[in-house]
This record gives sequence, structure tokens and C-alpha cells, in this order.
Amino acid sequence: MKATIQTEQRPATDGRKEREFVAPEVNIFETKDGYVLEAEMPGVNKQGLEIMLEGNEITLVGHRQNEAVAGVPLFRERALADYRRVFDLDPAIDTAKISAKMDQGVLTLTLPKSERVKPRKITVD
Amino acid sequence: MNSLTRWQRPELSTWPGFGRLTDIRDEIDRLFESPLTEWAHTSNLLSGWTPALDLYEDKDNLFVKMELPGMKREDIDVSLHEGSLSISGERKSEQKHETADVYRAERFFGRFQRTVALPTPVAADKVKAQYKDGILTVTLPKTEEAKPKQIDVNVS
Repeated sequence: MKATIQTEQRPATDGRKEREFVAPEVNIFETKDGYVLEAEMPGVNKQGLEIMLEGNEITLVGHRQNEAVAGVPLFRERALADYRRVFDLDPAIDTAKISAKMDQGVLTLTLPKSERVKPRKITVD
Repeated sequence: MNSLTRWQRPELSTWPGFGRLTDIRDEIDRLFESPLTEWAHTSNLLSGWTPALDLYEDKDNLFVKMELPGMKREDIDVSLHEGSLSISGERKSEQKHETADVYRAERFFGRFQRTVALPTPVAADKVKAQYKDGILTVTLPKTEEAKPKQIDVNVS
């Protein structure tokens, strides 16, 4: 793993109290045009999503929406914390062209590489 | 022991070497230090996908909420059988990434099935399911007999 979209920080955890954030599960692919990142954030829609870009670091935050449920819990397995995960970006990524899509709780980020780093053929005259 | 050939270091072809041992040790340390979510991923690999599920109750209904991000409605099956609610389905991997280099693959694709025994009888014909923002919500109205009733007692 040479190119660096993969380094990341997980939020600090405190074993005793309920965590403020959980790290969403992600899949990351690299194609010749760029990277695709998919993050699972069930309960988050477009309005609850924050994507922050700072230098070479991208922070994904997902706030759960409309999670209030009538009634009392009989049992619970879901962590109702919001989502947060930080990734370092490959410098080859053209940060101006990053796009995001949210569908049924899965965020898909498309991170194209800038034109100048794409492999290209140079024709010899 | 009268051979006069020079002593040679035995071939250590099967010996992993200190470098490798250190790696294993680091790996074990990492496992113990890693947060529980990473353990959960490990267990996902071994036992398939177990989507998290909550069960709630109010006066008139039971509610089941299950986290199923990135599914299609038609790939989710909800059924009720003798007081148990079963939710099953399959999340299909998208073909388009198959030629790409994979950096992280934490999401699970494939089948899942979960069954919950319901604590009270429900009206099977009035059960409703909704899938929104990757969360399936099943609303199960209690039968009239199962609802709590107020009984007025005349104190004379």
C-alpha cells in the first residue's frame, strides 16, 4: 500500500462511557481514474452528513436522523452514536473534484486523481 | 564424529527468523489493543453478517429496527411465523469495482438471517415494514388481547 488514502485515525475510545462516535465500516478501491470510498452509516441521510477537507485530510461525520422511537427498548444491539472517521488523502487526488452520494445509509465518495498524475502515453513525433 | 568437514550452521529454512516473529508479536499486541469494533469485523469474517437489531415496545405496538445499509428493498424479506419475526436478505456486491485495487474491504456482502421471538402476540395482518436511510423498521401492532387494559374496580 504505497498510495495513501489508507492512513486514518479512529476516535479515541473510553471503555466505560458510551462513545460519542463510532467508526463506519468502509471499502476503498483504487481505479486508474481515482479512488472510491464507501462508508456504512445506517440512519444518516444527506442532511446529517458532514464532509470536511483540511489540507490532505478528509473527515467524514454522519449524524443519525429521525432516530427517536416511541416506546421503551426491550433489547438493543445498535450503537446509536454518530459516525466519524478521518482519512489521509493521496496527494494525487484532485480535492476540488471530490463528489459524494448518499443512498440507503451508504456514503459513496468519488475521489478523482488530478489529470497531471494520470498515466498517459506520450507519442513520439 | 570423525569427519573433518568444517562445522556448518544448520540450514534454517523453516525458521521464521526474528523479524517475522516480531511481526506476529506486534500483530497479537495489536489485536489486544484494537477496539471492539475490529473484533466484530473478525467475527463477521467467521460467521457471516449479523446486522444489529433493536426491539422496542409501546402500549399498542412492537417495533423492530435493523441496520441494513446499502440494500435494495426487494432483497429484504420479512416474515412472521408462530410468534417469531424473521428478517433475511442478501446484499449484493457491485460488480463495477472488481477490476480495481482494493485498499479496504470492511463491508460484508452476502446473505443474512435473523429471527426474534416476539414477547407478545401481534396482529399478523397489520404488520408494516419501512426501509429508509439504510434502516429497516418493522411495526407490529399488538393483538387486542395483548394490550394492557385498565380495569376499574369499584371500591364499595
